[in-house]
Amino acid sequence: MIHTENLTKKFKEVLAVEDLSLDVAEGEVFGFLGPNGAGKTTTVRMLTSLIGPTSGSATVSGFRLGMQDTEIRRAVGVLTETPGMYDNLSAEYNLRIFAELYEVKDVKGQIDKYLKMLGLYERRLDSTGTFSKGMKQKLAIARTLLHEPRILFLDEPTAGLDPEAAHLVRDFIAELKKEGRTIFLCTHNLDEADRLCDRVCVFKTHMLVVDTPANLRKSLYGRKVIFHLVSSDERLAKVVRDLPFVHEVKIVDNKLVVKLDSPEVQNPDVVRTLVGAGAEVQFVGELRHSLEEVYLELVKDA
Amino acid sequence: MNKIMTIVRKEWAEVFKNRMVIFTVVFLPLLLTAIPLGVLYSVRSSTPAASTSTASLPSDVTTAMCPDGSSGSDCMQIFLISEFMMLFMLLPVAIPVTIAAYSIVGEKTTRSLEPLLATPITTMELLVGKSLAAVVPGVLATYGAFGIFALGTWIMLANKILLTTLLDLRWLIAVFIVGPLIAVLAVTFALMVSSRVNDPRVAEQISMVVILPVLAGFFGQVAGLFVLNSRLILIVAMVLLMLDAGMLFMTTRIFQRELILTRWK
Repeated sequence: MIHTENLTKKFKEVLAVEDLSLDVAEGEVFGFLGPNGAGKTTTVRMLTSLIGPTSGSATVSGFRLGMQDTEIRRAVGVLTETPGMYDNLSAEYNLRIFAELYEVKDVKGQIDKYLKMLGLYERRLDSTGTFSKGMKQKLAIARTLLHEPRILFLDEPTAGLDPEAAHLVRDFIAELKKEGRTIFLCTHNLDEADRLCDRVCVFKTHMLVVDTPANLRKSLYGRKVIFHLVSSDERLAKVVRDLPFVHEVKIVDNKLVVKLDSPEVQNPDVVRTLVGAGAEVQFVGELRHSLEEVYLELVKDA
Repeated sequence: MNKIMTIVRKEWAEVFKNRMVIFTVVFLPLLLTAIPLGVLYSVRSSTPAASTSTASLPSDVTTAMCPDGSSGSDCMQIFLISEFMMLFMLLPVAIPVTIAAYSIVGEKTTRSLEPLLATPITTMELLVGKSLAAVVPGVLATYGAFGIFALGTWIMLANKILLTTLLDLRWLIAVFIVGPLIAVLAVTFALMVSSRVNDPRVAEQISMVVILPVLAGFFGQVAGLFVLNSRLILIVAMVLLMLDAGMLFMTTRIFQRELILTRWK
């Protein structure tokens, strides 16, 4: 659905995006992660044909960037960084403007559908100036969906929202994913990316890495298993370290942290070895690195 | 066309909730109509010596404006009416510039431009919609004010010579043709300035520069530097037409979608 080749954007001498090449498949939720000023918003603006690339090429929904810009804008829905509502106008009128600009056939039907879906129907006649930030963000999401786009670009959809509103928005994105829509999600919330995204791209002017969150963890940290023991010592660590498939063993309090390739297969052997060496194993669990740790590791030297 | 109308309706729904805009669109025309009528009334009611004296009028003016058979009083009133007519050139500048400035301020302050530009609307449709939303109220208000002024003058003066002056072709051209041309110039200038500055207040103030040539015309005629006759009005209309075409061309060249997005912050 989205394909870019060496997409580059320069603002005078400032390089905002460099040689971005990526593919986003239909129905995929693609997380676009990066620090402030990394070029995420610039990338979204390029892919939604709001600004033109300096070099490189891209297709969005089969339409060529720079040649079929109006078709691209018709095919995608964009949730911009700030909701950008007309605060003097009612929620309903705000949506009406966009429904007309997107040439939606059943304007009223679509407006009512999304106002109800996002819990704003009762407030439809109130001016958006009286809305909370969360309500405005929900209304902006409704605006993004009015013309039923199959590709959505969501730029920081939960930024600045309270936990309840953020949860609601995340649930809604999960619903959109179930509907098979392709979602390009720019976010700073790594937990959100971890939960929602099929793949993530860590980006800082140029692409650092793109993969599933699980594979990123694995490639950076391998898979680590924690063996909780009644007591642990260097002798037990050495016994485990001597196993041929073990990469690394660390003692942390009464726990052994063991790096393995395939815990599902190798855990029983480790447990058997520990018990054989006189250890009392309380329980076993996988050490799960957060996506935040992965992200920080990736961007620290970039 | 539908998208242009959507923009026009949106602009009106927004800007007409602003008190400053309402004041400019409603009260400014009323004010600029009431003052001339008041002055005309006071001249008519004043002593004959004061009202009939044309000594203070430049000789060029009396020669050009006062038809044969008109009295000194008629001549003075014709001169005043001619001066007041210039005020109807101010309205098509002041009202559209105010509306255009506020409509842009709105987009800037609410950060609503990016979602708008992300729709399939073309830059031309957006600009035409915004321009129409600013020009139409200005022109309609000017026509309305002129209508009230003409009616008031007719009721007050009931003088055939004066009414002929009022409905003289040059003034009809001035109000109904030059007025809208000035309005288009003012709005395109306001939009162009907006793309070059980051502070909306600066945009509004600079845009008001367009009012200066009109004021120069007003005071120039008062000072007797020239008389706005039919020929001069036609020349002004032609010049404005060319200026409008040039400004429209430049505005569409300048208003690249990317530029609007990165400059209109």
